[in-house]
Amino acid sequence: MSILVYVDHFQGAAKPISWEIMGKARELADRRSVPVIALVAGQNVGNLAADAIAYGADKVLVADAPAFASFNAQAFTAALKAAIAAARPNIVLVPATAGARDVAALAACELNIGLAAECQALDLDAAGNLLADRPVFSGNILATVVFNSPVQMATVRGRSFPLPARDAGRTGEIVPLAVSLNGLAGAEEILSFDVTETGELAVENAGIIVSGGRGVKGAEGFAPVRELAKTLGGAVGASRAAVDAGWIPYPHQVGQTGKTVRPDLYIACGISGAIQHLAGMNGARVIVAINKDKDAPIFGVARYGIVGDLFEVLPALTAAFKTKLGR
Amino acid sequence: MKFIVCVKLTPDTEQLIDVKPQDVGSDDLGVTMVLNPWDEFAVEEALQLVERFDGEASVVTMGSKEATEALKRAVAMGVEEAILLSDPAFEGSDAWGTAHILAQAVKKLGDYALVLTGRQSVDGNSGMVGPGLAAKLGVPFVSGVAKVIDVTDGSATFLRALDEGMQTVKVKLPAVISVSKEINEPRYPNFMGIRKASRMQYPAINAKALPGLDAGQIGEGAALLKWTNLRKPPARTGKCEFIQGASVAEQAALLADKLIAEKVI
Repeated sequence: MSILVYVDHFQGAAKPISWEIMGKARELADRRSVPVIALVAGQNVGNLAADAIAYGADKVLVADAPAFASFNAQAFTAALKAAIAAARPNIVLVPATAGARDVAALAACELNIGLAAECQALDLDAAGNLLADRPVFSGNILATVVFNSPVQMATVRGRSFPLPARDAGRTGEIVPLAVSLNGLAGAEEILSFDVTETGELAVENAGIIVSGGRGVKGAEGFAPVRELAKTLGGAVGASRAAVDAGWIPYPHQVGQTGKTVRPDLYIACGISGAIQHLAGMNGARVIVAINKDKDAPIFGVARYGIVGDLFEVLPALTAAFKTKLGR
Repeated sequence: MKFIVCVKLTPDTEQLIDVKPQDVGSDDLGVTMVLNPWDEFAVEEALQLVERFDGEASVVTMGSKEATEALKRAVAMGVEEAILLSDPAFEGSDAWGTAHILAQAVKKLGDYALVLTGRQSVDGNSGMVGPGLAAKLGVPFVSGVAKVIDVTDGSATFLRALDEGMQTVKVKLPAVISVSKEINEPRYPNFMGIRKASRMQYPAINAKALPGLDAGQIGEGAALLKWTNLRKPPARTGKCEFIQGASVAEQAALLADKLIAEKVI
């Protein structure tokens, strides 16, 4: 009996969602009086194991081997299956990140475990079974998933839970996890990894997103959008129109065929507010719209609006924040 | 070389907002149904692979007679063979049950190099059937394929989109992949294609015609999860407050004050 948490990271740097679900796992585990066990798979990831304890794990299973140096669906699936065999969990929580999402599905299907994907809220029923809330129909309907399997797995989207406080004084057990990779050799080979990450904050992890659409008129038009995002410590988002036009790469796209985001603040600049875009961002706490067209649908979901030219409004807004925040 | 695309009929994205929670799971959602937009990229890629590697493409879907509409679109785009999997025993299957049924259909189609799927459906949103299918078939799975670099007799090389960049990954064939929207620009069916699709017959394959099917893995009885308490998300309340001012600078300062007061910065 335990709750198992999959710690996703990139080259040893934990993704925030890993600790967000660790905090939730801690809370659920305390309600059931069971331990939280973390899985850390990677190469030279000893520091992550210590962090996992500081964020709430009682025990960490560490699979540290060259086979886990870069994402490999088969190797990480083998690690998750080995962790499930070792930890005998009732509940397994996995970040809904690219890669980890595949690992969860592959392991769950092979072990015939029920999996609720892309969840945003988790709870327990009276018997201690997992209840997982997730959006379906592209955010237009919410469902609570109930399980009919003894082991219950969920992948969870970023920013669904607050980041727990790191407690360096917490203690726990760190044990190596043996993962058999026999039979997998050569079936999936990673030849190279072209890291495009520019150090920019990813939209799915951002508390503030400044997003540009057709109204930015070109790649250069994203300059004032970036400037405001930088001033606020936020991420740069985009509508499908801007991505399809080639003004900004696909990972920035917010909407039905892009990322679903839930920031505290979403500033939509030159975005009309097509239904497919709204599906990706209408979970934001506060939405601000800046658009020339006072009848643009985006104003229908916005709390604050400015009707005007984004090339005038954004620099003015950046200047105002710089003054008021002392940045 | 055979390329098999698994597709789904889903609501038109413009009408997803009109789907009523109480209608979910029924035969009629009261909205226009189309080929899942993510699946269009998979169909297009299969057609391009046929041209590049001299193969053939098949499209498979599971559902009622209505699901033929998804097949028709793929045929109109240029796919030669279309298979409808339809049986009351399939109804209520979860992702793993669906994957088991699709896996038996893939095996029935014979030697294949690749199965292609979209990233996810716009209704279920789970993205689980693709990896489930790979697990059921016992073959490698590569998600988020942004480019098929090469396909040979025994292996294929892909560009896999991860959150931090692009990985070049080589897997043994056969394999299952899900494609990213970066991979191509789906073609529009031409008049000849549409005519061909409308004249084609789409006989249904039922449970009996799938030799490896395990009745214990499919249908509502085998489902490991259930959607309950279906509801509309809380509506955004309140009207938009338009920030007015004598100048843009004044508007901007006013908006900045309001956002700081909202404690979102």
